[in-house]
Amino acid sequence: MFSVRIHGRGGQGAVTAAELLSVAAFAEGRHAQAFPTFGSERTGAPVVAFCRIDERPIRLHEPITHPDALIVQDPTLVHQVDLFAGIGSGGYLVVNTSSTLDALGLGDLALRLDPRRVVTVAATEIAREHVGRPVPNVPLLGAFAALTGQVSLAAVCDAVRERFPAELGEGNVRAAEVAHEQVLEQLRTYADA
Amino acid sequence: MRSQVEGSQAVARAVTLCRPQVIAAYPISPQTHIVESLSDRVRTGELAGCEYLMVESEFGALSACIGASGAGARAYTATSSQGLLFMAEALFNASGLGLPIVMTLANRAIGAPINIWNDHSDSMAMRDSGWIQLFAESNQEAVDLHVQAFRLAESLSVPVMVCMDGFVLTHAFEEVDLPTQEQVDAFLPPLVPQQLLDPDDPVTIGAMVGPEAFTEVKYLMHVKQMAALDELPVIAAEFRAAFGRSSGGLVKPYRTDDAETVVVALGSVLGTIEDVVDTMRDEGHCVGALGITCFRPWPAAEVREALAHATRVVVVERAFAVGAGGIVGQNVRDATRGLPLEAYDVVAGLGGRPVTRASLRRLLDDVLAERLDPTALHFLDLDHALVQRELERSRHGHRPGPHAENMLRALGTVASGAYE
Amino acid sequence: MAFQEIKLYQTGTFVAGNRLLDPDQRSVQARTGRSNTLTSGHRACRGCGEALGARYVLDAAMRATDGRLVAVNSTGCLEVFSTPYPESSWQLPWLHSLFGNGPAVAAGVAAALKARGLDDVRVVGQAGDGGTVDIGFGCLSGMFERNDDVLFVCYDNEGYMNTGVQRSGATPPAASTANTKALGDQPGNVFGQGKSVPLIAMAHEIPYVATATVAELRDLEAKVEKAMTFRGARYLHVFVPCPLGWGADSADTIRLARLAKESGIFPVFEAEAGEVTAVSRIRRQVPVEDYLRPQRRYAHLFGDHPRPDLVARIQDRADRNIARFGLLPEGDE
Repeated sequence: MFSVRIHGRGGQGAVTAAELLSVAAFAEGRHAQAFPTFGSERTGAPVVAFCRIDERPIRLHEPITHPDALIVQDPTLVHQVDLFAGIGSGGYLVVNTSSTLDALGLGDLALRLDPRRVVTVAATEIAREHVGRPVPNVPLLGAFAALTGQVSLAAVCDAVRERFPAELGEGNVRAAEVAHEQVLEQLRTYADA
Repeated sequence: MRSQVEGSQAVARAVTLCRPQVIAAYPISPQTHIVESLSDRVRTGELAGCEYLMVESEFGALSACIGASGAGARAYTATSSQGLLFMAEALFNASGLGLPIVMTLANRAIGAPINIWNDHSDSMAMRDSGWIQLFAESNQEAVDLHVQAFRLAESLSVPVMVCMDGFVLTHAFEEVDLPTQEQVDAFLPPLVPQQLLDPDDPVTIGAMVGPEAFTEVKYLMHVKQMAALDELPVIAAEFRAAFGRSSGGLVKPYRTDDAETVVVALGSVLGTIEDVVDTMRDEGHCVGALGITCFRPWPAAEVREALAHATRVVVVERAFAVGAGGIVGQNVRDATRGLPLEAYDVVAGLGGRPVTRASLRRLLDDVLAERLDPTALHFLDLDHALVQRELERSRHGHRPGPHAENMLRALGTVASGAYE
Repeated sequence: MAFQEIKLYQTGTFVAGNRLLDPDQRSVQARTGRSNTLTSGHRACRGCGEALGARYVLDAAMRATDGRLVAVNSTGCLEVFSTPYPESSWQLPWLHSLFGNGPAVAAGVAAALKARGLDDVRVVGQAGDGGTVDIGFGCLSGMFERNDDVLFVCYDNEGYMNTGVQRSGATPPAASTANTKALGDQPGNVFGQGKSVPLIAMAHEIPYVATATVAELRDLEAKVEKAMTFRGARYLHVFVPCPLGWGADSADTIRLARLAKESGIFPVFEAEAGEVTAVSRIRRQVPVEDYLRPQRRYAHLFGDHPRPDLVARIQDRADRNIARFGLLPEGDE
């Protein structure tokens, strides 16, 4: 089983991201389960959403406390939430930032992980450019797909198109593709290093 | 067709396939996505021939269903928590009148303190309202139970409540095999009302009954509900034949054949329990699980049979009777009267607290090592220190204030739902 | 349903309709072919205004719908006295659910009929004042607001008679009830409370609102008939004296209903879409005292320690109705 935890704020689409990820995994013949931590809907409040992907049917119904991958939609959450709780040294990390992890104060935490499994992507900026709105969830899924290989970019894009109507869907697909390519580029840099 | 959808959407689609003619709805979390989706389906014409009433309260919702059912329409509503309690009077009325209404209950805690998250306090509070209560383990089962619920309700002319865990199931995207319209139509014939407000053949429904016949009318209600114990397995078998998968029925034994210790539970926690059972089996422990799909009527014979060879029964339930103890536990004890087994009542998962594999494992380890007192009521993952602190604090001063607020302050947190 | 021939007794010129008229001009009650929806043998008290009102209303509605009618009844006297199991006085399809949900149940029936394509079958909901103005008010307002196709009828006898005569939101000031006794200086039910559901119904801007009394049969029947020409939510508020609860002679039911209207204390009017369209003017105005004196619930106003001050305040209320609705006879304005 592969478990993903997504940290964001109300309005950033964390729950939608988990749902899209589950749809993408399902479309590729795997079993998946996505669910949010459930609170009253408030913009800006910390939100956590989860996604499990497995080869077998999933019957478990508990929150993910030991994720294999983390997607951080807003790194400022580090001041409120224990973002790295339960992640093992082999875990993956995708952080939405145009800055560096060190500058965000996440450098030490990220050191617990394999540096080749840690990427940053300026998802908010990418979304603003291609979607016209600063909603980083879909480009982060593109980044996640590139980093982990758990789902293909094509499956993510199909799920996005199915969920969002015409232009909104296509804009998000472009954003996912850009983020995906940026992460592949980062990974090539790691491999070269 | 298999698809990856939100539980609420899957249920709304299943209800649509059952062709309800009147839907009366009022918003309350976590049920709301279901009735929102049904509203869309009525407006787009996907659900044709259906009147959708946006009523002024849950009491109005079930009341409208009572009128609709009496007038010969297939009637449906959905609610949660406080909404179910607000319906309480009408719940008893619908069952007393014998009207085949189907309701989805997205299980949620009951306040105070106000809490929107999942537990089973709502269905348990209304367990004696005369409604059949079915509990879904997964979204697939929630879908299937709705199709079976209309069949059952209409064959016995009794109301049926399909209970599914709020948020845990309603808001979860899971894989669901949605039946086709043709399949459902073949399984669920149009409603043939057993009583009808018909100008061509006028009847009086809802007369006053005095001591001379009240007992007999109530006795008949009991007999009719007990008939569901025979009817449900038949419907489940037909469902399996028609849809190619097992769903519903009365109880769901999991690796109980040679189990010495059996965990009894209802709803979505069963999957988690089954994972724990598998792990412990791999380690050589003789454990199993018994899911209760039909809680009302209470399948005493099936429960007794499933537990006949167990020496320990651990009832994990998401509600309890304040001042008395376990509710499901009481029923299990009743069903196993005279059997040489020890039953443990464990309250778990109240107000959205997750019931995790780790906690269940600790619990079962305690049971196996005989560290748990079978005569006491246990609360899984109870923060004893927090309770002690508040008890200690409230001993001082003449106006100790509200407990809930004090305990949150002591925890230094807010009711965010982010508890893990 | 099949109509049955019934016997008629002459009970007064205004009451049972005039059988000397041409058959087409007779009131529904005066026709031998009336459906007698609430048939004889029920357990209402002698002189029950509600029993009369219910039969008048439903017979008229049956005639207006050619017998295609369903009734929904809230808990109360009417429900209890008409259906002591296994007997029923109802000769139309009739459903009783709860005290507080009549309007919602009726809305459900209407929805079901629509969904089943039975557009010719109509729905009447009915309740006493408790089931209408108090406990059923939320459901009533919801039914109005959604404009459900229901005629809801309140038989207003100004209190909870079924439970032993307690105050409701429709109990008038100074009335003595089991929990508003005129003890000490207390006036009985206090002034400054209570509500007019007809006016509240008008505020919902539903197609049709009317008030009526059991004293004016033709007016009542005409309003029912008119109500049935509309689709959507309609409200009829019928003033029905209660001999038991009011401490009145059972022979005075019709007289008290007439005095309530003639004194102006109960305004009789019609409204469409929120606007008053017609009023029943007073024929021979009487002081409220004429209406109050025959009722034991007002006895404390006229006994050894009379309370002319309270009678005057009640007269003020009647005068306000008269001014507000323009109730004075033609030429007296």
